Amino acid sequence: MSASGKNGTASRRAFLRGALAAGGAVAGAGAARAAGDPAITQIQPWMQELGDGVDVAPYGQPSEHESHVIRRTVEWLTADPVSSINFTPLHELDGIITPNGLCFERHHGGAAHVDPAEHRLMINGLVDTQLVFTMEDLMRFPRENHVYFLECAANSGMEWRGAQLNGCQFTHGMIHNVMYTGVPLRLLLNEAGVKTEGKWILPEGADASGMTRSIPMEKALDDCLVAFKMNGEALRVEQGYPLRLVVPGWEGNMWIKWLRRIEVGDEPWHHREETSKYTDLFADGRARRFTWEMDAKSVITSPSPQAPITHGPGPLVIKGLAWSGRGTIPRVDVTIDGGKTWQQARMSGPSLDKSMHAFYLDINWDGRPLYLQSRAHDSTGYVQPTKEALREIRGVNSIYHNNGIQTWYVNEQGVAENVEVS
Amino acid sequence: MSKSLKLFGGSAVGTAAVLTAAVNFADRTITELPEHTTRMAVAAPGDLDGMFIAAAQADETAPDAKLGLGREALAEEVAAWDIDVRPDGTGLPDGSGDVLTGEELFVENCAVCHGDFGEGVGRWPVLTGGFDSLTNDRPVKTTGSYWPYLSTVYDYINRAMPFGNAQSLQPDDVYAITAYLLYMNDQVDDDFTLSKENFLEVEMPNANGFYMDDRAETEYPVFTGAPCMENCKDAVEITMHAAVLDVTPEETAAAAAEAAGEAEDASVAAPAAEEATSETPTQMAAVEPEAEPVAEAGAHADIDPALVEAGEKVFKKCKACHQIGDGAKNRTGPQLNGVVGRQIAGVDGFKYSATLGGMEGVWDDEALSAFLANPKAYAKGTKMSFAGLRKPEDLEAIIAYMKAAGQ
Repeated sequence: MSASGKNGTASRRAFLRGALAAGGAVAGAGAARAAGDPAITQIQPWMQELGDGVDVAPYGQPSEHESHVIRRTVEWLTADPVSSINFTPLHELDGIITPNGLCFERHHGGAAHVDPAEHRLMINGLVDTQLVFTMEDLMRFPRENHVYFLECAANSGMEWRGAQLNGCQFTHGMIHNVMYTGVPLRLLLNEAGVKTEGKWILPEGADASGMTRSIPMEKALDDCLVAFKMNGEALRVEQGYPLRLVVPGWEGNMWIKWLRRIEVGDEPWHHREETSKYTDLFADGRARRFTWEMDAKSVITSPSPQAPITHGPGPLVIKGLAWSGRGTIPRVDVTIDGGKTWQQARMSGPSLDKSMHAFYLDINWDGRPLYLQSRAHDSTGYVQPTKEALREIRGVNSIYHNNGIQTWYVNEQGVAENVEVS
Repeated sequence: MSKSLKLFGGSAVGTAAVLTAAVNFADRTITELPEHTTRMAVAAPGDLDGMFIAAAQADETAPDAKLGLGREALAEEVAAWDIDVRPDGTGLPDGSGDVLTGEELFVENCAVCHGDFGEGVGRWPVLTGGFDSLTNDRPVKTTGSYWPYLSTVYDYINRAMPFGNAQSLQPDDVYAITAYLLYMNDQVDDDFTLSKENFLEVEMPNANGFYMDDRAETEYPVFTGAPCMENCKDAVEITMHAAVLDVTPEETAAAAAEAAGEAEDASVAAPAAEEATSETPTQMAAVEPEAEPVAEAGAHADIDPALVEAGEKVFKKCKACHQIGDGAKNRTGPQLNGVVGRQIAGVDGFKYSATLGGMEGVWDDEALSAFLANPKAYAKGTKMSFAGLRKPEDLEAIIAYMKAAGQ
């Protein structure tokens, strides 16, 4: 049996068992009507016994029936969990907002536990006045709310040589999309007074990796935020509590967590994460650097290997996500036959600049195999390319920025697998 | 465009986007109003009049006035944090270090992960070799074969290494280790000394191997335009299956949750659920972080919970290399379950240094205290690259924690 079948069977057994108990997966509804559905005819414990009091969970948690909806890692990817990555369970989520506890994690020296009372933000270098802010100082600047996606440049990086991981959590889960509350970076830079020769900034983290990246001043003054809230509450520890940089549309590594310092300079610094890493090696042995923007990309999140079709033929919701670091997503095309014919998906939910967009295609599944693909169009007119088109230009060793079209093969039983097609 | 104008433009664009976004977010969806999204896309930089009006209406503080918040940074504060180094040598401190000193420091501090010759242990980074491999099917990107600037090597070692004990090296140490890396990559001879003065004379082999992002010229024109919608190809064949590789992690957490659910349904299968849970410690730990050690501490009434909690914090210094608790495995260092009272060098399957391997006795409180206070003095030649815990209260706390968490 294939890996996907094995996984799929294991994680879905309870669900199927429920359907079978009600009279078979396909004819379940009819049989339940004939026999009298015990979910209706019998009194369930929760209908009879009192539920939890208000203080049982002062900070609420998801239902115990959702305990499978978690971030997952791929152990063989990295040497150690301290400098590693896990993945957002996109297949289990809907809409465009990622819950804070499910936002993927990527640390280079572990998730630092920073005491906000001891946290400072320094601005130094080519400024009129080198400044230090406390968290309290930062709370007194005008703040803004924006929804942005954050995608790791290495998202889908394991798929350059071909289909490898079975599940959109693993192929596309280095991404999240939340509403940030923060101070526009330009206000803080303005407070220090950037000198004319200040063309670059170097934000730096307070964690044990001392993460740094060079960012051009134009971007810093345009839409970057120094954020302290995500989805209304304080940043999570693993997302940089108490302070992180938001660099809309650009690769996640630049969104420095545990932000403690911003240096202004006249040249980029060429630090480790912009030379040895996060550069895109081509087949000719040379490498692109400063590939900051995330190109338009989309993925069908269900059906997918971790979210097979369990209900048999008939009405089927195909759902997915799309995003672009260069704007909005006015349109997504979906094919169910591997790219012979395409149709426009239905976009649903807010369309925000540099945010995830949700799309759906509602079909009547005839039970025949599906070859599912999605193709995003962004507001600049860019159309998401095939993996093959990307490989023709970049080869297979560039690791980063793989935004090629994903294919899921769904068989007659509804089991889905990550494949590549001709 | 002048800087002040640019600032104002940036502010206005930001505000306009907020306004549009707010309207859109509040009561519209793009299915209802496709023309709205089109307008929003077009209204990026360019529509200056509209933006200025929007900015004026929405944000009375624009253009940005200084608020007088924060305080001036002291020179010593800037010096403490501003340690970054650039390719032109900016930021390099005074100092120097030679290859042979670098070798000693490397063996002591770095080899445990990177290997004695920079070959990399397990999946830890390879630091040496890989020359002429960048066009290979499997390129080896090392400081020698790939890194374009020596300043990057210095800066990274200085800010982030050794892993788990960052910023513990002195400038002379960093110069020496950098010199040793150059030596291992055949870039200098064994009598070489690297210093602030000669730093810029070292040429990196791949200095010219990088170029600016050119997607706007090479890719965007290719990937723009109306795509095919019908009769786009004749046949569709699967050319590759992920299942063939079988590298996807098993969803054991989901299986455990399901087993738990099964137990609830049947009301009798509790042992089965427990078994499933104990088989998946990693996943359970991910769901309930910190829960286990606390519960363990409570179970051992003779150990002071406050001390255990303090010890858990101290243990962060060890976590880069050591695991403890359910499911702990040997990593860079041996797993530490039951270490208090365990035979020295007593974990099967871990390759100890000759020194520790040759020592008799067990790790009691006294021996552990002495070892952890100064590992290299207690066991000269130990592979454990850890400077030691200076505070007696830290030693007491960490031993209490290892007793509680590792039983």
